[in-house]
Amino acid sequence: MSTLLIQLVVALAKALFIILLVLTAVPLLVWAERRVSAWMQDRHGPNRVGPAGLLQPIADGIKFLTKEVLIPAHVDRKLYLAAPVILLVPSLMTGAIIPWSKPIPADSALGGLVSAIDWAPNGIPFQVAQINVGVLYFFAMASLAVYGIILAGWASNNKYTLLGGLRASAQVISYELSLGLAILSVLLIVGTLQLNTIVEWQSGGMWMVFAQPVTWFIFTIAALAETNRAPFDLAECEQELVGGYHTEYSGMTFATFFLAEYANMTMSAALNVCLFWGGYTFFGLEQILPWWITMGIFIGKVAAFLFLFLLIRWTFPRFRYDQLMRLGWKMLLPLALGNVVLTALGLAAHEMWAVPLWPALIVGQVALIGGVALVSVIRTKAGSASSAQSHARA
Amino acid sequence: METLLYLVFGLVALVGGVLVIVNRNPVYSALSLVLTMFAISALYILQQAYFVAAVQIVVYAGAIVVLFLFVIMLLNLGDESDLPASSGTRRFVGALLGVTFAGIVGAVVWEYASTAGPAVAAGTDIDHTKLLARVLFQNYLLPFEVVSLVLLAALVGVLALIRTHGRDLDSSEADNV
Repeated sequence: MSTLLIQLVVALAKALFIILLVLTAVPLLVWAERRVSAWMQDRHGPNRVGPAGLLQPIADGIKFLTKEVLIPAHVDRKLYLAAPVILLVPSLMTGAIIPWSKPIPADSALGGLVSAIDWAPNGIPFQVAQINVGVLYFFAMASLAVYGIILAGWASNNKYTLLGGLRASAQVISYELSLGLAILSVLLIVGTLQLNTIVEWQSGGMWMVFAQPVTWFIFTIAALAETNRAPFDLAECEQELVGGYHTEYSGMTFATFFLAEYANMTMSAALNVCLFWGGYTFFGLEQILPWWITMGIFIGKVAAFLFLFLLIRWTFPRFRYDQLMRLGWKMLLPLALGNVVLTALGLAAHEMWAVPLWPALIVGQVALIGGVALVSVIRTKAGSASSAQSHARA
Repeated sequence: METLLYLVFGLVALVGGVLVIVNRNPVYSALSLVLTMFAISALYILQQAYFVAAVQIVVYAGAIVVLFLFVIMLLNLGDESDLPASSGTRRFVGALLGVTFAGIVGAVVWEYASTAGPAVAAGTDIDHTKLLARVLFQNYLLPFEVVSLVLLAALVGVLALIRTHGRDLDSSEADNV
């Protein structure tokens, strides 16, 4: 076999593996969601099918498959059927740039199988596409997911679904800015867009989150909003919009929306781990451990993040729409802007006056937190003063 | 191979562009625009301009057309036939602008058709993002800043228009607090 063909087969195998991994994770996540919510609300949750109810998602899946896909008469048929797919495909595509483990050594059994020593002497990176705009590609694909929601809302030809779609589009555009600015600070520090380089930069326990806690905070909130996950799930706000954008869907088309939501969550968590929590690295241990254990480390970190997302969903009530917009534009965006400026200043200090990198960054973060605290104190004082005035007048 | 891909994506871009005009439904028009953006992005990738390709999708497909769709849906534009019929003046101005644009594009193609483009260095190891940033922020810093000022002016202008023609923003916001 020619080298090109081998490379193609390896790339396809990696892509298939990642898709299967994510699609297997989804039923587990559905199960975890129901069990965790039950645990948090002091209920039992699904515990009948299989051990601890683990087979419940499979039963649900069979039920979804055998149910009739009902297409209402008034819908725009083409887009109605395309919308769930449009939502699912970009979220799976984002997995292409995530380094799921350290490179598979070329002299290992697996590397020998594809004679990797000839074409990848440094090992086969466990990443489908090592493109030099890595993070930007993720960003591009993630920003496309909103089309699925908007089109589902519009094609259903229903007031409530349309409102759900509109909410989703405004929300995603608003939070994309903060998300991009948060990523920008990381890119400034590492100086590359390639995700595998960003992960390698953090090896040895120098995880980005320790240098950039505020950035991580902004990123996580904005990513939650981007994935339409509670408390940002206004697009499917049951109390106001029946079921939101997927009200008119049934059977497998409905299930596809869920598939996409959980796939989105998984990818978002994976990016979060890569950018801020060291990816597959674990305090230098990744140097000695075999590659498949580093993959286990990575998946473990992602799972911890998904658990955090579940906890957040079942802890916080949903935002009101004006609160959502205020949080996005008036708090998160200025914070993200200030963060970029302070990070850039820290880096400039590092390069011009040879200040050590980590203190420079941490001073910036502390200054930012101090600034936010100061502003909020001043605001509360001004607020209480004005309310006291109005009380006095009354 | 490269020529074939170029032809395919060029064709897709053109078909998408035609569909934007031909479609009676504004939502389908907007989606055709997305198709065109993707095809153009693929053309950039063929030129090894990965950064521009990614930004093309992030900005145009990911944000601007989403805003278009937002407006189309907010105004609930079902079909083009619901819109006011195009008047003679509008057609005249449209034709004039179309001819002007075609002229500009034609002139550029005429100018550069015979000259070979700048040689693209082989290999993907070059960080094009860095290259682009260096050009943008060193060679063309002033034009770049001027452009951002123009955009800022547009933003301020929109806000001013909303303030004078819309309801009083401050009072409605005070209610929410």
